[in-house]
Amino acid sequence: MVAALTRIFGVQNLALAEDVVQDAFCRALTVWKVRGVPDNPSAWLMATAKNRALDAIRRERTARTFAPELGRLLESEWTTAPVVEEAFAAPTIRDEQLRMMFSCCHPRLPEPAQVALILNILCGFGAKEIAGAFLTSRAAIEKRIARGKKVLAGAKRLFDLRDTEFTARLSAVRRALYLLFSEGYHGASAESAVRVELCQEAMRLTALLREHPPAATPETNALAALLCLHAARLPARLDAGGDLSPLGDQDRSRWDAGLIAEGLALLERSAAGPRLTAYHIEAAIAATHAAAASVETTDWRQVVSLYDRLMAIAPSPVVALNRAIAIAQRDGPDRGMEELRAIKDRDRLKGYPFHPAAMGELELRRGNPRAARKHFAAALALARNPTERRFLQKRVRACGSLSG
Amino acid sequence: MSDFVYLFRASEGGRRQALGTPEQAQRSLSAWLAWIRELEAKGHLKDPGQPLEPAGRLVRGPKKVVTDGPYVEAKELVLGFIVVEARDLAQAVDLAKGCPMLEGDGSVEVRPVEAAMLGQLGR
Repeated sequence: MVAALTRIFGVQNLALAEDVVQDAFCRALTVWKVRGVPDNPSAWLMATAKNRALDAIRRERTARTFAPELGRLLESEWTTAPVVEEAFAAPTIRDEQLRMMFSCCHPRLPEPAQVALILNILCGFGAKEIAGAFLTSRAAIEKRIARGKKVLAGAKRLFDLRDTEFTARLSAVRRALYLLFSEGYHGASAESAVRVELCQEAMRLTALLREHPPAATPETNALAALLCLHAARLPARLDAGGDLSPLGDQDRSRWDAGLIAEGLALLERSAAGPRLTAYHIEAAIAATHAAAASVETTDWRQVVSLYDRLMAIAPSPVVALNRAIAIAQRDGPDRGMEELRAIKDRDRLKGYPFHPAAMGELELRRGNPRAARKHFAAALALARNPTERRFLQKRVRACGSLSG
Repeated sequence: MSDFVYLFRASEGGRRQALGTPEQAQRSLSAWLAWIRELEAKGHLKDPGQPLEPAGRLVRGPKKVVTDGPYVEAKELVLGFIVVEARDLAQAVDLAKGCPMLEGDGSVEVRPVEAAMLGQLGR
């Protein structure tokens, strides 16, 4: 909705667009509290937002200039309502979301700021949720968003999808969608560890990208494949008690076969290009897991070699962590432990509970419950939400019973 | 270039026809929007004007008699106006032919703005 409204108000009036949406939501909550939720809440919200937009245009039209593309159309009642109506029509909303995505990826903004902006404007995430995804502080993210909005406003209009910069921006857009999905999948925010709706948002925006032919490149297909293959595991990520279930313990019959098939088909289509990207490799890793009936029958040699290639083109401490876990599966916990200790930039994992948790897991397997317990306790102290906390408490208890 | 006021008229029935159901209104409004956009793109839209409510009050004569109106009994209502910039009356008439209201029973009255009026008075 913010994208639709920005089409009307212009990027320089992004704050007005956000106010109108906020206003519509507040109004919805007030009215619904009294009269109950209507049959079609999203249509209701849309209609309310349109009316609020009309109010805002009439109130502000002498004081502000709106989107330059609309010229003088908002000066007259002949055309004001039709313009608002048009901005909220499904094809326009789709186009405007795409343009907004590309606008957020302005080259003057560092990549993390681009991502934060997309998450904030197009997905409605607060600074705190975004901070969780980036493992940074909320204040830093707020600053990033504010700076980003200033750059957006300075650009005067939304990105033109026929611009020569399209390809460069497309790559930043993909990265943003990838991080958005990860936020949902590994959710660091307080409410829940697995926030399916964040993953759905990422998949929705990726589908939007694929509907626009110039954006539907092999790399985009690889990203889409990756998201499908991971999303397929979502139904099994929480066990019956609502607790986090690691890959090894998941009931694989609950994996979504439809999404796996879709992901594999997309992965095949992604092979059409000349470049092997991180998305291709990560999708291939997910496909390897999807093809295995259990942890024991997983092709860990394949997984490790894929992680090796990933480290070569996109090294990061989190990738190194996952690679170490795969090596432990292939060669045993001693080798895994060596790899964990050898991770460069381990500092950047300082706030990440799954680093000490992995060490705990390997110590357990090596028969050192006392050491494992220490690692799990350290992980527990870093837990970011109740689900992670419950999971790690269980791991700590598992060590306790072993040491007697 | 000169300015021309377009006055749009239609019967009450024609107006209902165009705006009666949400679907009809949607179609009429987007046709209107497309036409106005075209005028603007070609640099002819001097003032996007305003639509007018069908009913108001009529004030008439030195006694300032106020009646309901303006045209309750009239066959055609003035629906609104815009101001167009054109080379001459012929071009202004040509541009008016694109008005989507003409597809119903509407009409466009094309009237040049009389810039010389005050000048003539002064003579």
